[in-house]
Amino acid sequence: MRMFVIAAALLVSAPAFAADNTVTEGKRLYNFKGCYQCHGYVGQGGAGVRLAPDVKPYEVFSDFVRHTTGAMPSYSEKILAEDELKKIYAFLQTMPKAVDVAKTPLLMNAATGK
Amino acid sequence: MDQDQNGSALNRRNLLKGASLAGAAALGTQVAAEPPAAKPAATAKTDGAGPNAIAGGDYMVDVLKSLKLDYIVANPGSSFRGLHESLLNYGGNRAPEFITCMHEESSVAMAHGYAKTTGRPLCFLAHSTVGLQHASMALYNAWCDRVPVIGVLGNIMNAAARRPGIEWYHTAQDPCAMVRDYTKWDDQPNSLQHFGESLVRAYKIAMTPPMGPTIVVADGELQEMHMKDVKGDLHLPRLALPQPPQAEDSALRDAAKLLAKAERPIIYADRMARTPEGMTLLVQLAETLGCPVVDMGGRMNFPNNHPLSQNERGGQLLRQADVILALEVADLWGMTHEFIDNEEQTVQSKIRAGAKIISISSTELYLKSNYQDFQRYAEPDYPMAGDAQASLPSLIEFCKREIDDGARGRISKRAEDHAAAKAKAYEATRNNAAVAWNASPVSTARLAAEIWSVIKDEDWALVSNDALSGWARRLWTFNRHYRYIGGAGGGGVGYCLPASVGAALAHRGTGRIAINLQADGDMMYAPGALWTAVHHKVPLLTIMHNNRAYHQEIMHVLRMANRRDRDPSTSHIGTTIDNPYIDYATLAKSMGMYAEGPISDPAQVGKAIRRALEVVKQGSPALVDIVTQPR
Repeated sequence: MRMFVIAAALLVSAPAFAADNTVTEGKRLYNFKGCYQCHGYVGQGGAGVRLAPDVKPYEVFSDFVRHTTGAMPSYSEKILAEDELKKIYAFLQTMPKAVDVAKTPLLMNAATGK
Repeated sequence: MDQDQNGSALNRRNLLKGASLAGAAALGTQVAAEPPAAKPAATAKTDGAGPNAIAGGDYMVDVLKSLKLDYIVANPGSSFRGLHESLLNYGGNRAPEFITCMHEESSVAMAHGYAKTTGRPLCFLAHSTVGLQHASMALYNAWCDRVPVIGVLGNIMNAAARRPGIEWYHTAQDPCAMVRDYTKWDDQPNSLQHFGESLVRAYKIAMTPPMGPTIVVADGELQEMHMKDVKGDLHLPRLALPQPPQAEDSALRDAAKLLAKAERPIIYADRMARTPEGMTLLVQLAETLGCPVVDMGGRMNFPNNHPLSQNERGGQLLRQADVILALEVADLWGMTHEFIDNEEQTVQSKIRAGAKIISISSTELYLKSNYQDFQRYAEPDYPMAGDAQASLPSLIEFCKREIDDGARGRISKRAEDHAAAKAKAYEATRNNAAVAWNASPVSTARLAAEIWSVIKDEDWALVSNDALSGWARRLWTFNRHYRYIGGAGGGGVGYCLPASVGAALAHRGTGRIAINLQADGDMMYAPGALWTAVHHKVPLLTIMHNNRAYHQEIMHVLRMANRRDRDPSTSHIGTTIDNPYIDYATLAKSMGMYAEGPISDPAQVGKAIRRALEVVKQGSPALVDIVTQPR
């Protein structure tokens, strides 16, 4: 009985476990490949545009990474494989939403002109 | 001792010899007969120096005092020992007061920050060789930033008067040659009167737009000679500053006609407002025309809470503009073009076809060729050589004359539209800052908001550049000229900390909280400035933007790797500050400064800054080390 419970639990959590691994690896790759330099550790943007939250569709995201003509240097598949890019994308999708400005006094008191 | 024909080798040592003789006589010691001191010229009048002056250095102090210089910033050096001692015992170490710096680069940067805060220069002292070599990068920053700084160099031209060894290392035939490409003027006087006139001239030249650093050599023999050996008259030269040059009236009238008729004018201001009056004038001009203003941040040009302040929409408005007024813009070509640094470097104009560019700039009056700080050749339609601030009163008057009833209605409507856009821009800024709000390391937006919550009810001045990726200038209200002084000018790293200490020194006693947003890489060039702040009780709140890397350089290396289709993951090598991380709080504490950190939890930031602020309010500097997101 005990073995059955464990096996069932493994079956149920296997996809989640795989997803967790993908996100963890995506985070590692995001930093390892240098994305964080311009886009911040959580994709919030800085020198580069904001990537997360509200991540663009994968096709748009991928097309920009591969073929950018803007300030961002493009990443070929040689230096960033497609599966690596997908893992990075998965990581970015887990980034938290922005806080509610109206419920954040520090933000409500900034950029007011007063 | 061999004496030269003019007795100058003797002159340098007369004071010491006099003292030695007196001391020896008191002890009843036999001393060898000394050659007679050089006889002063019978007609010499030395009343230009104070009645108690006994040495050349004393007269130099009188000249410095006549210029009302508040401080001398210097790391001590034997080549200016005569002047140093005069500053202390003849000058009483008051106006100027000696501020001990731990690096000549810091001395100059302190003077740089001070000058932009007060509008007045400081004087730095340095050895003519090793000291000036240390100071040179900071001088280049001041040159690029068009800031007055005055250097006085110790040097000993008479080879027969030099001590063996070190004084030879510390002397050059033409010491200023090394920095002549980025200083406005220099001189190497060979008499005290010559020194006096050259120092006053140096002040005058440094303060005439376009402003810049100047240098005068204080020869060691002149510093140490006895007043009785002065040949010729000695008086204090009078300082009278020239009026800044105004652009020519007819050109300003033409500009006014264009601006008054424009449908979508825009003003870009960079190193424009030299004084608070400059900001007041720009507000008047903008309101006269209902014209949006983009403050590029070289100086505090325009209040960012004014409805016509449109920094947030600058790019969009520039593309739509039909008439563009550029005021002391350092890089007009860069302002009007987009240079995309990618595989194929491309250039795109940022302005629409037919748009007219009016430029008023004092840099049209004075350039040098070697260093390329003048930027790419720009093609304004109406270039005017003149100081923009000095030209604004006439331009405002001419604009008023050109505005008829039809224009008045258009201007009023335009101003209303920009005010409405401003409110939306504020909202967008807050929404952008809300992203990554709880991230650790702390986001630059969160850090800026945390600082603002602590200082917004204080009187404050940001004395560094806005190192937080521009978030301070977006989230804080900059409504006084002293709120901001711009950045380094030449991009020379190592400016921020000492310039902030210099600016904070200028604010000392005003009750204002001087704030330094300090990048970690910049800090490590000259951390000794922390000690200077503590030693001289300079209240300065330093907040570390500690992103543990030279992030801009990481991005450049990464860009090269991507362009060459090679491994981007190596870009951290040579560009990061880790293994070990630097503990900036401990560094500051080691120099007697109150400090906290490193802090990575955003929830702890505000509390730490409040504690540090209380220390600063008591008159001491304090530092809070915040571990931050890259940009």
